[in-house]
Amino acid sequence: MRVFQFTEQPYPDAWNDHNGSLRVNLPNRKLDPVRAAELFHRYYDEWQLADGLGLDIMLNEHHSTATCMSAACVIGLSVLSRITKRARLLVLGYPIANRPDPLRAAEELATIDVISRGRLEMGFVRGVPQEVAIANLNPVFQSDRFWEAHDFIMKALTSHDEPFNWESENYHYRQVNIWPRPYQQPHPPVWSTTGSTYTAKKLGGYGYVMATLGTGYDTRRLYNAYRQGYAEKRGGAAAPADRFAYLGLVAVGHTEQEARRRGELIASYPRTSSIVFAPFRNPPGYLSIEDNVRILKGEGKPRSFTKDGRVVEMATGSVQDLIDAGVMFCGTPDQVYNQIADFVEHCGGMGNLLMMAHAGPMSHEDTVENLTIFAKEVYPRLKEMRQPDAAAAAAQ
Amino acid sequence: MAATAETSHIELSGITVEVTERGRGRPLLLLHPGHPAGRIDAGARIMDLLAEKMRVIAPTHPGFGMNPAPPKLTTIDDLAYLYLDLMETMALRDCIVVGLSLGGWIAADMAVKTTERLSHLVLVNAVGIKTGNREARDIADIYAITDKQLAELVYADPQAMSRNVKALPESELTLMARAREATGRYAWTPYMHDPKLKGRLHRIRIPSLVLWGEADRIVSPDYGRSFAAAIPDARFGTIPGAGHFPHLEQPGALARRIVDFVEGNAP
Repeated sequence: MRVFQFTEQPYPDAWNDHNGSLRVNLPNRKLDPVRAAELFHRYYDEWQLADGLGLDIMLNEHHSTATCMSAACVIGLSVLSRITKRARLLVLGYPIANRPDPLRAAEELATIDVISRGRLEMGFVRGVPQEVAIANLNPVFQSDRFWEAHDFIMKALTSHDEPFNWESENYHYRQVNIWPRPYQQPHPPVWSTTGSTYTAKKLGGYGYVMATLGTGYDTRRLYNAYRQGYAEKRGGAAAPADRFAYLGLVAVGHTEQEARRRGELIASYPRTSSIVFAPFRNPPGYLSIEDNVRILKGEGKPRSFTKDGRVVEMATGSVQDLIDAGVMFCGTPDQVYNQIADFVEHCGGMGNLLMMAHAGPMSHEDTVENLTIFAKEVYPRLKEMRQPDAAAAAAQ
Repeated sequence: MAATAETSHIELSGITVEVTERGRGRPLLLLHPGHPAGRIDAGARIMDLLAEKMRVIAPTHPGFGMNPAPPKLTTIDDLAYLYLDLMETMALRDCIVVGLSLGGWIAADMAVKTTERLSHLVLVNAVGIKTGNREARDIADIYAITDKQLAELVYADPQAMSRNVKALPESELTLMARAREATGRYAWTPYMHDPKLKGRLHRIRIPSLVLWGEADRIVSPDYGRSFAAAIPDARFGTIPGAGHFPHLEQPGALARRIVDFVEGNAP
C-alpha cells in the first residue's frame, strides 16, 4: 500500500465567524494575508517532512473558501515539485470542467511532471457543486465538458509529431503542440474520484485509479462497479488493488487518549466542509432530477455507513461514529493498522490510502507527531500487508 | 370556458416538441417562462382567458415538461430557431407571439431573426438583454438564493402564492426539478441574456408591447423600459398587483392587455 499525505491547506482562523457559509460568499476580508503566508509555509514544511518520512503527497483545490486556501492546485504542485525529493505528487484533483482552457491545464501538468522529474500523479475531478458558482461554466453540461477536457488533455500530453486541431462546441484550438511534453511516458498516471456506480464502471473501463471519499463501509459497492468495468474491457481480468484509493482521516497517538484528541481536531474537516449557503450546493444539472425531487421533499441522502449498516452523518458524527463508519482511522499504531486492514478487507483490496493527517486547527507539533508516528509505526506494516486476492474480490 | 385542449407532439428536424392548443381564431404563440414557474398547464387561467378570443399555441420548451432536451439544443438561439421552424411547419401567419420572462427572451430573439410570420410581439417581464454596466446585476441570480428568498423576489404577494411544496405529488415535484435544470441549461452563462440581443432589437418593426408586473424584484420595470426603448415600435406598460409572473398573479389583467393591444384598443 502507498500512503499520500493530504491537507486541504485550510484557513481555520475564519472558521468561527462565518455566518453560515464558509464557502463562496464568505468575504475574504476575514483572511489575514500575513497569517495565510505563515500557514502556507507551514503546510509546505509538513509536506517536506512527509517526503522525508517516505510518504507520498496529495493536494487539491477549492475556490473562495476558508476550508482550503489552495485555489489553483498547480501552485502547490509547482512549489512541491522543487522542494520535495522523492514523493509522488498527486493532485486530486484538477477540476478540469470548471476551467475554460484545457490546453493551459495540459501545459501546466506536463511542466510539473518535468520539473518533478516524473513524480506527478494526475487526478481529474468534476469538483464539488459549490465550485460551480465561481467557475460560472454551465453545470448542466459539466459532465460532458469533463470528459471532453479529459480527452483533449490526454491527446495533448501524448501527441508529439505535429500540432493538432480541436474544434468542438466547448473548445477551439488549431495548433495544439505543448512544450514541454511530460516526463513520464506515455503520460503521468491518471486518477479520478466518484460517488456513483455509473462513473465507477466507466473509470474501470479506463483503468484509472479511482478514489472515493467518505463512503465508509459502502465503498465496496463502488469498487465492485469499477471491477466490472475493468474486467469487461480486459477479457475478464481482475482490477488490482493499486487501482483503488480511499481518503481516510488519520489520527495516531502513542496512547489512545492522545489519538482521540487528534481525532477531534481532524474531525473538524467533515464538520466544516458542508458549511455553505445551501443554494450553492445545488446548481442546476449537477444533481439528478431524482435527487432534486428528494431535496424538494426535504429528504437527505445518506452517504456513510458503518459495517452493520448504521447511517453516520459525516458533519455531525462523533469521532467514534467516524471510526465505526471507516471514515476515520484513529488510535494507537496497532489500532490504526487493524482498522485500515479491516477496511481493506471490506473493499476487497485498496492500494492507496489518501491520508488526511492534518485538518483545521491542528497545530504544527501535532501534525508532525501524527505524521511521524504513522510513518514509523504504521506505514511499514501497511507496506507489507497482503491485499485480498483480486480475482476473488472481482468474482464476488 | 369549455374549449378543449389538444396536446400533440410535433417533429422538427429530429426534435420533438410538445404543443398544447386551445381556442379558435387568430394564432397566438405563447412561450412560457423558466424556473420557478415553468411550463403553462393546458388548464391554466391564462389559457382559459386567451383561448376565449384566439387560437393559443403553447409549446413546452424541450427539457421542461417531461420532454427531453436533445444534446444539440443548448441555447435560447436554438429555441428561437426551433419555434420559427414550428411556425413554418404549422403554417402560421399573422401570428401574435407572447413571451413570458425566459419565453420573452426567446420571442425577442425570434423577432430579430425574422418577423415574416409575426403580426404582434408581446414581451412580459422578459429577460434576454444587458441594460446596466458590467458591474450591475440586471437580473437577480435565482440560483444564489433560497426558494423562500426567490418567492419574495418573484411575487407581488409571496404569501398568497406560497404552496406546501413537500406535500405536492411526485409528478409535480419532478416537473419543478426539470424546470429548474432546463432553465440553467439555456440561461446559465451569459446569465439570462445574450450580450448581442439588445443591439439587434432595432430589427423588430412590428407593433410590440412590453408589459411588466409592477412588483417584479427579479428584473425591474426600468429594465423593461430599456427593453421597450430599444424596439422601434414598442409601447411599455405595467401591471399592478403582479411580480415577475403576471400570468400567475394577474391573469385577467394580462389577458385583457394582450387582447386590447391586438385588437387595437390599447391606450
